[in-house]
Amino acid sequence: MESPPPAPRETPAADGLLPPATVLERCPAGIEGLDSILEGGIPRGNMVLVAGSVGTGKTTLCLEFLVRGAERGERSLFLSVTEASRKLMQNLSTFEFFHKDLVDQGSLVFVDLPTVYDRLGLGREEMTSEEIGILLRTIRDLVKSLGVRRLVLDSLTSVCYRIRREEQIRDFMLRLGQELNELGCTSLLVSEIGPTPGRYSLHGVEEAIVDGVILLSNVHRMGDILRVLQIIKMRGTAHSHAQFVIQLTPIGLLMAPHLKGGREGGG
Amino acid sequence: MPPVDLGERLRALPSGSAVALKLDPREYADHYFAVLNATLRDVGSDLDAHTIYLTVTNPAAFVWTLAEALDVPKDRISFVDAISHIMMNYAKPLPNATYVESPRALEEIMLRIEFLLRKFPHPRTIVVVDSVNSLAIHNQPELLSEFFHILLNNLKSRQVLTIVLETTEEETTGIEQMLNLVVDETIDVGRVGR
Repeated sequence: MESPPPAPRETPAADGLLPPATVLERCPAGIEGLDSILEGGIPRGNMVLVAGSVGTGKTTLCLEFLVRGAERGERSLFLSVTEASRKLMQNLSTFEFFHKDLVDQGSLVFVDLPTVYDRLGLGREEMTSEEIGILLRTIRDLVKSLGVRRLVLDSLTSVCYRIRREEQIRDFMLRLGQELNELGCTSLLVSEIGPTPGRYSLHGVEEAIVDGVILLSNVHRMGDILRVLQIIKMRGTAHSHAQFVIQLTPIGLLMAPHLKGGREGGG
Repeated sequence: MPPVDLGERLRALPSGSAVALKLDPREYADHYFAVLNATLRDVGSDLDAHTIYLTVTNPAAFVWTLAEALDVPKDRISFVDAISHIMMNYAKPLPNATYVESPRALEEIMLRIEFLLRKFPHPRTIVVVDSVNSLAIHNQPELLSEFFHILLNNLKSRQVLTIVLETTEEETTGIEQMLNLVVDETIDVGRVGR
């Protein structure tokens, strides 16, 4: 079930007054507010970093992206490094948008990457270039054989802990992005970051290679914490740059404009 | 000719309208009960609507007691309660209420209303904001203006009838000016029949 690479097509631009532009086919996230600020979704085949510090909702956003895709008949794959699939599914069952049927039918597939490491004999703390190549081929083969259209890697940071050299990380990501794009697979890579502003990944090279960056963060207003989402970049999209307050509800992620009240930085 | 009944005035509004109801603080209890009667019973029941009641003034449990007295069915009303948490009055949450930690969390209030609109899709929905004065105690005027502008336009586009309660004050305040910009009509509760 191999999917062809996405082809550019002629569609009207988001702004009705502008002449039609050539835009890429979209992969709707299925999250209304997010699709709205992305002109209908992530360009099909794009590799996107979902960056944020702990507890900002990265994994939940990614899971909803996969579930909504599986509901649309797009096979979706969750590659888990940090948390066991069983536990993830337990958490997912608390959301009304999740139906276990999707897993039973094989539309939504969970794979624990540590198990894959063990099977492939990639047990060393630091992966060699050859081992990185094996990991890449394994991911590509999984995507190809299952006909995966949406992939989440949670987290890229954990994988990169075992790829220490920046040039190896750059090479790994370039090849991964290329392989997935050729297979028409849209991917979200979770990136855990610290509070340092302006940085979206562990090494700082990851954000330069990916097609898009979705940043999740906490902002403070008069002692209260607001959880916000912002699109930092998305190739092929005239996206919003505004911050949106998000809430992870049982029916999915909801977004509202971050009120500024005439002040820079908000309220 | 007797003054037109408040419920009748509200029922006659086209869907998607936003209306401010002015309550006189000197007759607050009387006016408040008249407003609940008109919004929850007359409009809510007669139009077979679902009501989302945002309360910043009294805890949802208190409003629910009054609604029960008016025979409002529990499945026809949901509360967004933005006051119980800061009043330390959260021990017994209502099953048909969602609680926001603070009246300052304006975006969260918008998101809870959005959540209830999606959770209980209904051909006729009413959103009651109780009240603009209470929200103004906790929020700066610029933030509050932005909040009302976004919320009311959003609800209007979805054909939701929005009713904002406002307690009148001796002098014209910024609240009144701000509301005038975002609502379609203002009704003085003391000047209509009840």
